[in-house]
Amino acid sequence: MAETAYVPTKEDFELLTGRDITTDKNFASQSYWKGVAIHFLRNRRAMVGVFIVLAIILLAVFGPILSSYGYRDIVSYTDEAGKQVVAKGIAPQIGHAGDGPFDQYTFLFGTDDLGRDQWTRTWHGARVSLVIAFVTIIIDMIIGMSYGLISGYFGGAVDAVMQRIVEVANSVPRLVIVSVLAIFMPKGMGLVIVALLLTEWIGMSKIARAEMLRIKEQEYVLASRTLGAHSMHIIFKQILPNTIGPIITQVMFSIPTAIFTEAFLSFVGVGIMLPQCSIGSLIENGFNNITTLPYQILPPIIVLALQMLGFNFIGDGFREALAPKLEDM
Amino acid sequence: MKKYILKRVAMSLATLLLITFVLFVLVRIMPGNPFPSERMSAEQIANKRAELGLDDPVLVQFSRYMANLAHGDFGKGTSLYYGAPIKTVLGQCISNSFRIGGLAIFIGTAVGLILGITAALNKGTFLDAFCTVFSILGVCVPGYVFLIFLQYFFSYKIPFFPYFFDSSRFLFSSVMPALSLSLFTMSTVARFTRNEMVEVMDSDYVHLAESKGMYGNMLVTRHILRNALIPIVTVLAPLIVDLLTGALVVEKIYGINGIGKLMVDSIAGEGVDYNYVLALGILYSALYIGIMLIVDILYGLLDPRIRVASSEGGDA
Repeated sequence: MAETAYVPTKEDFELLTGRDITTDKNFASQSYWKGVAIHFLRNRRAMVGVFIVLAIILLAVFGPILSSYGYRDIVSYTDEAGKQVVAKGIAPQIGHAGDGPFDQYTFLFGTDDLGRDQWTRTWHGARVSLVIAFVTIIIDMIIGMSYGLISGYFGGAVDAVMQRIVEVANSVPRLVIVSVLAIFMPKGMGLVIVALLLTEWIGMSKIARAEMLRIKEQEYVLASRTLGAHSMHIIFKQILPNTIGPIITQVMFSIPTAIFTEAFLSFVGVGIMLPQCSIGSLIENGFNNITTLPYQILPPIIVLALQMLGFNFIGDGFREALAPKLEDM
Repeated sequence: MKKYILKRVAMSLATLLLITFVLFVLVRIMPGNPFPSERMSAEQIANKRAELGLDDPVLVQFSRYMANLAHGDFGKGTSLYYGAPIKTVLGQCISNSFRIGGLAIFIGTAVGLILGITAALNKGTFLDAFCTVFSILGVCVPGYVFLIFLQYFFSYKIPFFPYFFDSSRFLFSSVMPALSLSLFTMSTVARFTRNEMVEVMDSDYVHLAESKGMYGNMLVTRHILRNALIPIVTVLAPLIVDLLTGALVVEKIYGINGIGKLMVDSIAGEGVDYNYVLALGILYSALYIGIMLIVDILYGLLDPRIRVASSEGGDA
């Protein structure tokens, strides 16, 4: 049986009204950074990371202020007999009515073996760790970025020499750098910062160099050079903004490394010295008292882990946002 | 290939020599002197300095040090283990550290691979999620923290494992330190293996092999793992180096007489023992450079493209 073709009748159609067919709808073109931002904001893991990091930064800034005790203060009072009672080794508690000498006091994280408020100390320590990490990594970023960009831009003999230096610097284990520094410097925050400054720039310089090699053959660089722009102008004014993405990603991954290194050095006893405290020295102190005051070690460890988690999540999110894969879109 | 290996070995040796020289000079130009000036007369100190050859030019001292080093002689400690030759102390420490480190690398890589492969083959299931959470945890919590907890629960609360390292029961007492040391390696290897495998499993040649009727273990071992493992070899190098660093704290916590603890003792105490700093610096650098060299060569063997690229690239 042959099928007869369906013949549309006039009723099948209806006139489009209310739409101006003389103009097309145009979507604004998205700038590169806007795309990155949208990707980043949509990434749930990255947002969790941002939340964690912001929360820790806020607590590190305001935590010690909110507390009524200083990070070095030993909480104590003098009883009727004129004897000083120290709030040593109190488990985490919220002030409540009771007969115990410190029942009225609130110690959210308890007190340590000397009677110092662990809440204040933990956030003060977090502050020290974060400051060290940010300061060193920003300086490292500036050094490493300039080094890598210059090395990549000039190429040839300059590049060969500069890369040899990087290779040698990269072959020295961080521990060896720390131990040699320990000869020349007093132990403490300075040593941690210098040790980080000497090691972390290498990774940045490698990334900056790779980006430079990718970009420097592009036409706009050639155009700029033809117009007589100075090398430094081309490197820092024109190419640098285009390399910033991968470098920021590297920064995000370097910050947890710096926090880790600080914790490690302070734990070993060449980092932050008394009466200052940092996450690492708090963990060490907690470790020394673990059999008598087991809860003392928990707050610094949890803060450390959360810092690592947060920065790693942000770094991952940033990397994905900069180079989105098809399946994520 | 031979040329490539020779070139890499020569370069590594040159780097090591340079680092040794810089370390040596740094330790020698250090302020202060090794003799108690209040108890020795100026003449005695001068005699002693002449006897030890401290007044010779740095280069002469360095060549003498290198000549001794060639015989395995690192000199003696200035304050640490006073009087005992560094060589003897170092020998014991190295054996302890290497056995525990080796164990940790073995556990970490083996378990990490198994976890990663399981996760990749069961992508999107509970097992995959477990592996992801595990690897995130392993990266965020330092191994020594894990050791502190293990020690607290399994040596203190339930006294099953020894609280401190006991070399007479080597294997038994190295369970906890090796486990905690391997944590970071384990989680990184697991995450890397999973991601690499997932990527390779989606590649065209694997689809081709599948469409030819290949399946199961043969597909995994012959096609997927082989290509997924190449990048894992590269992460293994920094991991092993991290292990050296991590071992420092683990050895301190668990009272293991290893090179890490020796390093801490040589710098963290009241005084700094220069000869130990120098000896350990050379040792650590040699280890580090050696590991990177081995991995580079392995990588070249596994992936011929890298050899080609580096020989075409010439010197730059």
